[in-house]
Amino acid sequence: MIPASFEYLRASTVDDALALLASHGEEAKVLAGGHSLLPLMKLRLAAPEYLVDIGPLDELRYVRLEGADVVIGALSRYSDLTRDPVLLEHAPLLAHVSGEVGDRQVRHRGTIGGSLVHADAAADLPAAVLASDAVLVARGPAGERRIPAAEFFLGPFTTPLEPSELLTEIRLPAQTGQGWGFEKFTRRAIDWAMVGVTVTGGRVGLVNMGGVPLRATATEQALAAGASIEDAAALAAEGTNPPDEPHATAEYRRHLARVLTRRALTQAASRT
Amino acid sequence: MKVSIEVNGRPVTEEVPDRTLLVHFLRDTAGLTATNIGCDTTSCGACTVLLDGESVKSCTVLAAQADGHAVTTVEGLSGADGALHPVQRAFREQHGLQCGFCTPGMIMASVSLLADNPEPTRDEVRAGLEGNLCRCTGYHNIVSAVIDASGQEVDR
Repeated sequence: MIPASFEYLRASTVDDALALLASHGEEAKVLAGGHSLLPLMKLRLAAPEYLVDIGPLDELRYVRLEGADVVIGALSRYSDLTRDPVLLEHAPLLAHVSGEVGDRQVRHRGTIGGSLVHADAAADLPAAVLASDAVLVARGPAGERRIPAAEFFLGPFTTPLEPSELLTEIRLPAQTGQGWGFEKFTRRAIDWAMVGVTVTGGRVGLVNMGGVPLRATATEQALAAGASIEDAAALAAEGTNPPDEPHATAEYRRHLARVLTRRALTQAASRT
Repeated sequence: MKVSIEVNGRPVTEEVPDRTLLVHFLRDTAGLTATNIGCDTTSCGACTVLLDGESVKSCTVLAAQADGHAVTTVEGLSGADGALHPVQRAFREQHGLQCGFCTPGMIMASVSLLADNPEPTRDEVRAGLEGNLCRCTGYHNIVSAVIDASGQEVDR
């Protein structure tokens, strides 16, 4: 399979990328690692006229601690994040989840920013970022703006980013010492999660339980009110609207959400 | 666009369509056909090569993205005297293949895995090769081959 024809444009700096996006607007797509976009283009589900390759922008590849925040460059690859010492200490959930995405080859190419802007509710990173109370930093012609993760996932594959904007950074409050857990259920090793659960510091993010990544709000409230893990996890599917498919019905997914939440919360409790 | 990639230590420069995939550049432009196209959907790993020393699925990388970088295919593993790379030798000795279609990708993924984890356990090999499918289901000997290549005793 070969993508439809497009013109390849390589950005050399963030400003350069923004200029290219400004001049090609709606007809352009940003290419980071390409592991969400290129498969779609090969299937002809996406056929942009221009690709703006930001792959060479090393200025967007970093992880550092800034005061009480962990700050991650959007082009950081999964394989970088999963072994990053700052992340391992101060945002261990994200480091771990990054090591569970796809397979080693995918993790050598895929980037955290790419996964977030792709906004697939079945992907692991969006739910982890949501549970981390992250803030996403975008740059565009009008300058920089910060979008809380809770306001970033508007619908399936839909974010508030304008065609002229670029996600540059992910900021999250440091989770140093917080209990964390991650569970996902797949039929085969490298499948997308049928359902996944991310937990850090009593916040619970759900993978593939609706059109967007979700917080298990009822579970979080029960935990905050002192409920047991068992009782809180039983509420994990409240308010969700999971996909109903032949190989995984909505009811089955709700069951998975409850079971996996119990397991992830138990993991988190064992790590505090 | 004009793409220049160092393939197995040799620069290959060619004007190719922007949409050219790395695997097609390797097979059609560089003339190196050991790298197979299997699923063509980033799943099976048959097209795995090393890009700057790290395993990638070359059906999901544009040749343009590899422009200016170094790629190693299974043809580039053996020494100048033709001596087999330790992973190649181990795949042969442990019979880590049946039909052979997945083998170039399996070997390149194994080289990358061993670079990160020089003495993996059998379970770590299985997890490390999760992105490579063997249609013959010959995984047991593939795992043994990687253990052998790492210099560890093969415990079946």
